[in-house]
Amino acid sequence: MDFAYTSEQTQLNDSLRRWLEKEYSFDARKQIIKSAEGVSSAAWQGLVDLGLCALPLPEEAGGFGGNAFDMLGVMQEIGRGLVIEPYFATISAARYLQLAGGHSALLERVALGEIKLACALHERQARHELHNISTRYEKSAEGYRVTGAKTVVLHGAQADYLIVSARNNEDQRATSGIALFVVPTAEVASIEYRTIDGMRGADVIFKDLTVPTSALLQENAWELLDAGNDYAISLLCSEAVGVMQALHATTLDYVKTRQQFGAPIGKSQVLQHRLAEMYMHIEQAQSMAMLAAMKLNAENASERRRVVSAAKAKIGIAAKYVGQQAVQLHGGIGVTDELQAAHYFKRLTMLEISLGDVDHHLARFIAQPDFANTAG
Amino acid sequence: MVAPVIMAFGNPQQKEYYLPRILSGEDWWCQGYSEPGAGSDLASLKTRAERIQTEDGQFYLVNGQKTWTTLAQHADMIFCLVRTDSGVRKQEGISFLLIDMHSPGITVRPIYMLDEEHEVNEVFFDNVKVPVANLVGEENRGWTYAKYLLGHERTGIAVIGRYKLELSCLKAVALQQQKNGQALLHDPVFAQKVALLEIELMALEVTMLRTISASDHAPGPQASLLKIKGTELQQAIFELQLEAVGPYGLPFEPEYLDGALAHTKTAEDEAAPFAATYLNFRKASIYGGSNEIQRNIISQMILGL
Repeated sequence: MDFAYTSEQTQLNDSLRRWLEKEYSFDARKQIIKSAEGVSSAAWQGLVDLGLCALPLPEEAGGFGGNAFDMLGVMQEIGRGLVIEPYFATISAARYLQLAGGHSALLERVALGEIKLACALHERQARHELHNISTRYEKSAEGYRVTGAKTVVLHGAQADYLIVSARNNEDQRATSGIALFVVPTAEVASIEYRTIDGMRGADVIFKDLTVPTSALLQENAWELLDAGNDYAISLLCSEAVGVMQALHATTLDYVKTRQQFGAPIGKSQVLQHRLAEMYMHIEQAQSMAMLAAMKLNAENASERRRVVSAAKAKIGIAAKYVGQQAVQLHGGIGVTDELQAAHYFKRLTMLEISLGDVDHHLARFIAQPDFANTAG
Repeated sequence: MVAPVIMAFGNPQQKEYYLPRILSGEDWWCQGYSEPGAGSDLASLKTRAERIQTEDGQFYLVNGQKTWTTLAQHADMIFCLVRTDSGVRKQEGISFLLIDMHSPGITVRPIYMLDEEHEVNEVFFDNVKVPVANLVGEENRGWTYAKYLLGHERTGIAVIGRYKLELSCLKAVALQQQKNGQALLHDPVFAQKVALLEIELMALEVTMLRTISASDHAPGPQASLLKIKGTELQQAIFELQLEAVGPYGLPFEPEYLDGALAHTKTAEDEAAPFAATYLNFRKASIYGGSNEIQRNIISQMILGL
């Protein structure tokens, strides 16, 4: 088995890293966070020019047909660069369109970088439960009418279109009766806010929103929703590995130079073992990110769920450990806003929560039939 | 453990003689590394080997003591690290010798472990004559060969297949044991502990494959990660097996464990080995270089600290 990147993958990852180092410095990013828009059109164009929007999209839609393994290295660099542009939001939302089939005109525009997308899938009462949906849809003369609200929609106000989940039955937690729609953001009300890791989020409200028939991705779409969400989780897993690797490297540099008691603090065995522990967490996290990418297209959906949840849980634990220890090893400077390492910590903390925390994914892992079936 | 060393550093005669006998199981080998004063600080070993000339040819005269020697009571051969030069840096005066366990001057004494098993031994060398042909590679270069062996040993300690078996055994036991009127495996608190171990094992299997596929020869310092994570996982599985059977962890029936009885007196046969295994395997984070030594290796060799 070969786990090494191909030369094409390495080339793309390297160009992305170089571009981010040159054009997307920590200071430049700070300015973007403070700006009214919260994202940078110049940075977006840079990512588009590198081919990143086209990379995961199918060739029919002008994409490069890249697989989850191609995205592994890209998302690690996105993590390393602390990118706050709506790249993850767009790519993960595009996955639902791709899985549903059709919608090629929209996907072509995504591949060209002309439009941005976001996922409006989470509701106030749902916590991490994706099928807990109170937003309703019904057939109307013009197509469908959608009523409800979604919360903490990442880059919801920056996107041109939203992927929205809604149901046509009474049972709020049922996996039946769920449909997915693609809705133009211009037609929905949104309340925008910052997220603590430098991004933008929004609550969006659909009040008797009428959409044409063509806006429907699929009815009875639970399997599609679940599979698309697992793809998004695998992207976050890779991003988290990139953040952890960068944070570990920064911390390593710091303990080699920071002097206390007349020697670099990295000479202390207590700190050495802490850094070794962080290293092992990251290596195991990397393995799980790879395994998740490998199993995304598993024929057996429960195997996909099992492995993706295992990865998100393992990486969530690693993210907390590595983030907290990196701050501890930096000392006081580690809890200041001026230090890049502290922003890696912020991002890792939010990555653990996003799309299901450790507890959620451990429970989902345990709920898969394989957990009890593999008793020998 | 010794075969890869002979393959990489042995001479043609040694390869031709020993390797087929290892393959067939004809020779049972034991490991002569640890000494009473040299555990994880392996290079401080004191067992001496001096070259002597006799009418039968050149020999090493070996004097000293090895300890923690696993199953030495059954072994035909022992591969030994011995000091052949004490006037240099401690790593530079070590040689790698292959010694016949039936040689005059070798005494084996048992050490009984917490499970009352005779698994390890002390091995004493009193003027043991070893032919110079039994030297592997060059004299005083033994430390290089020793580390090469340790790369294999530490990778080999992480036995993914065995952990999978132990984990499924744990689940089977937890399905039979009851807690609050349902199978223990379905208790959310216990299930979460099992899940964390299973996920750790999934990660370790991929890390193992990544490590092996990235190197053509013995894994280097990456083997330390495999050793730490493997032994931590193994100990945690045994700990949960013991926890799973609750009060049936207490009865100790060696007669049943040795196969002399068909059933335990408590009739909880499956619970019988768990406490003994748990206690015995506290060794895993100590042997092969303690897990603290492995963290030192990662810090120095991988992280450059």
